[in-house]
Amino acid sequence: MSPLSFAKVISRSVLSRPATRLYPFEKRPFFKATRGAVAIEIEKCILCGICQKRCPTDAIIVTKAAGDWQINRLRCISCGACVDACPKKCLRLENAYSPAVVQKGADDKFHQPSKPGMGETQA
Amino acid sequence: MMVHAEEQSLETVDTGVLVQKAARMKADGWRLVQISCLAKDAYEITYTFDKDYACAHVRVRLPLDAPELPSITGEYFAAFTYENELHDLFGITVKGLALDFGGKFYKLSVPTPFAPKPQQPAK
Amino acid sequence: MATRTVVPFGPQHPVLPEPIHLDLVLEDEKVVQAIPSIGFIHRGLEKLVEKKDFLEMTYVAERICGICSFIHGQAYCQAVETVMKIDVPERALYLRTIWGEMSRIHSHLLWLGLFADGFGFESLFMHSWRVREKLLDIIEETTGGRVIFGTAKVGGVRRDIENLTLKRIEGELKTIEKMSREMTDVFKNDASVKRRTVGIGVLSKEDAIALGAVGPTLRGSGVAQDMRKLGYAAYPNISWEPVVETGCDCYARCMVRCREVHESFSMIYQAIAKIPDGPVDVKVTGAPSGEYFARVEQPRGEVIYYVKGNGSKNLERFRVRTPTFANVPPLVKMLGGCELADVPVIVLSIDPCISCTER
Repeated sequence: MSPLSFAKVISRSVLSRPATRLYPFEKRPFFKATRGAVAIEIEKCILCGICQKRCPTDAIIVTKAAGDWQINRLRCISCGACVDACPKKCLRLENAYSPAVVQKGADDKFHQPSKPGMGETQA
Repeated sequence: MMVHAEEQSLETVDTGVLVQKAARMKADGWRLVQISCLAKDAYEITYTFDKDYACAHVRVRLPLDAPELPSITGEYFAAFTYENELHDLFGITVKGLALDFGGKFYKLSVPTPFAPKPQQPAK
Repeated sequence: MATRTVVPFGPQHPVLPEPIHLDLVLEDEKVVQAIPSIGFIHRGLEKLVEKKDFLEMTYVAERICGICSFIHGQAYCQAVETVMKIDVPERALYLRTIWGEMSRIHSHLLWLGLFADGFGFESLFMHSWRVREKLLDIIEETTGGRVIFGTAKVGGVRRDIENLTLKRIEGELKTIEKMSREMTDVFKNDASVKRRTVGIGVLSKEDAIALGAVGPTLRGSGVAQDMRKLGYAAYPNISWEPVVETGCDCYARCMVRCREVHESFSMIYQAIAKIPDGPVDVKVTGAPSGEYFARVEQPRGEVIYYVKGNGSKNLERFRVRTPTFANVPPLVKMLGGCELADVPVIVLSIDPCISCTER
């Protein structure tokens, strides 16, 4: 029964440098495998809609006629089911999480350049 | 290699002999593991017992319009949590509960949500 | 004649992060009776089977609880695989074992920190979580997420770990083991820890078996029962023994978890040494038809997964009985006759996970 059994750990913590990181001056590097936000290479997308069927939270909406692919960042749980299911491999999970938003309902929309839409051509 | 599938026995009994069956299991040294319910065209209540890693199930069927069960809390006091949950989620009446919460074990906004015809929320 | 007062404990309480409600009937400072009440975090996950097909339910099963997430996913996949009679490749079984044991270590380190916080030893709480951070880095490197692993899949696992990475991880785990041994030695020897936990919350061996206790709550009362002995995943190929203590009080349960941390480290080293090469998943076709009860050992005890399929893509019934639900009757028994100041320590000693209890 030792009242000072914690003394070794405490003295080491006092004498060595802090265990915490000085964020935001020092950012933590993410790992290669970290599951963050979903990113799409929209030129390769064929708007087949398989990712929409596989998404467990219905975060992806694909409108083939208008050529739009949109994702609700707040519904996405970064599970990677869409990435595994895409036949053209144009989806990937990025390292970093999607940034915080100030309003709900602001989806991220991407437009397939080879499809006409909304009365203007994409550059 | 096959995922290990342990030997599990299943026996269907009548509601009348349920309490005697529980008393016999207790005298033999089995411990109560869980009680679960499936509500489709009838209520199927499955009691699971375990002894030295062997697993035995006892099943009772109740008609949908008259769900009444005798309580086994006389033999296994720990069954009170499961039987109160059956009452709160499925609307099954359990007679003779040693510790009866009267419907207040689970605080829910929709009474009996798992029953085949859930009741409407209180206005 | 002492007066009786009823004190509501929870769901908001500074000590307990779990939303459980206890009505404590007090006579002066002694608790005479405790009446539990749950339902603050009921999400109705079992009813989601009507909407999501059986492959998507893996994601739901993983997210029942944050701390024991991987083992929930593993238990669900095992239940469905047994119903559909799927052969899982051997490498996938070893990977599941490695991740399962890492999950157990991180859960116990988290609990050790919360337990120390429960009786006011905050610096020990911070140090336990600091050790846990290093383990979470390894988990994020191999699975992509710190808490929700996302690697459980019906038919195997979703991603592989290369053998070179496994060797490097083994070296890092040895450093973490040394640091966690310093922590568990403090729990074992420190006078203030013993003052607050020895003789508190006594649950005798007969009571533990009669009331249906599971996990470390049962093993701290002298009953050697651990569901990993059933022989699922790669456990038959690893030599280990269930950790048992005979103290029957909070100190015994704490010691069970401390020793289990070190047991898990040795199991991971054995699994890394024995892991074979090969594929990590098999293709799954068709839909489950039949029923099965899968029993798996979580960090908190024995969890039972019941799945019933009728041949369609949606399961007919999905039922989870988590270990904390089974530990509620022993908790009610332990709280009878204790002091009011010991209530948080006793509630924490069963390792409550209310999001698991209420799904």
